[in-house]
Amino acid sequence: MVPLSYYLLLSGFLFACGVVGFLIKRNIITIFMSIELMLNGVNLSFVAFAAHWHALSGQVFVFFVMVVAAAEAAVGLAIIIAVYRTRETLNVDQVNLLKL
Amino acid sequence: MSFHLVLFLAFGAVCVGGAVNLLAQRHPINSALSLIAVMAALAGEYLLLGAEFVAAVQVIVYAGAIMVLFVFVIMLLNAGEEEGTEGSRIALLLGVPGMLSASVLMAWVVLRHSGTESVAIGALPGSPKDIAQLLFHDFLLPFEVTSVLILIAIMGAVVLASKPEAAAGKVD
Repeated sequence: MVPLSYYLLLSGFLFACGVVGFLIKRNIITIFMSIELMLNGVNLSFVAFAAHWHALSGQVFVFFVMVVAAAEAAVGLAIIIAVYRTRETLNVDQVNLLKL
Repeated sequence: MSFHLVLFLAFGAVCVGGAVNLLAQRHPINSALSLIAVMAALAGEYLLLGAEFVAAVQVIVYAGAIMVLFVFVIMLLNAGEEEGTEGSRIALLLGVPGMLSASVLMAWVVLRHSGTESVAIGALPGSPKDIAQLLFHDFLLPFEVTSVLILIAIMGAVVLASKPEAAAGKVD
């Protein structure tokens, strides 16, 4: 038996790591991976609450989060490829204009 | 100390270590590998919570498909070490104490209010059969909508990643 709060703390830590990575990283791919880390942290709290309240719909929600994350990853990585093709860089400090 | 707690702590340690390593590494491929470690350890946590289906999907979709996409793009773009930038000093001075106090406060609230209630391991049926009954009965409309979302995402990815000249050539 593991208290629910342990799972919530781990989930919160993962989410916080994702936020910190999103803010301090300068590589656009690593920033994108930090977003995935945040989604994973949220998924963990979904599953923990589903187990705690005996509500299976929490796990179905995790499934939907994963589907949206997959779609987001596909589109986001395509955008990264397009950005790299026009700017020749992955550093977000040099990608600061919408126009070329 | 129960066996489940030991397993939770072991998987949790891998999660925490991987997440910190993701922040510490400067090369994207190292960050990607530590993210894969985090996701695999999270699948273990899901198994401890009785969510077999979610654990399997986590390994197959997240640690498998999505991370392969990431690694593929990192190699395709030949991403190198990231160049550091000078952060602002005020952010460091205010941000670190603020983050520490906020996290301590949150941990205190969570630990205090969820008390000694425990997650009963294996009490929740998380088998694919139960998930499927819920997914194809109560959540049928959202499920169908996600298929449209995936289709749009595929088309968007193809359009965005295709060469501009090729797209322009089709117009002419």
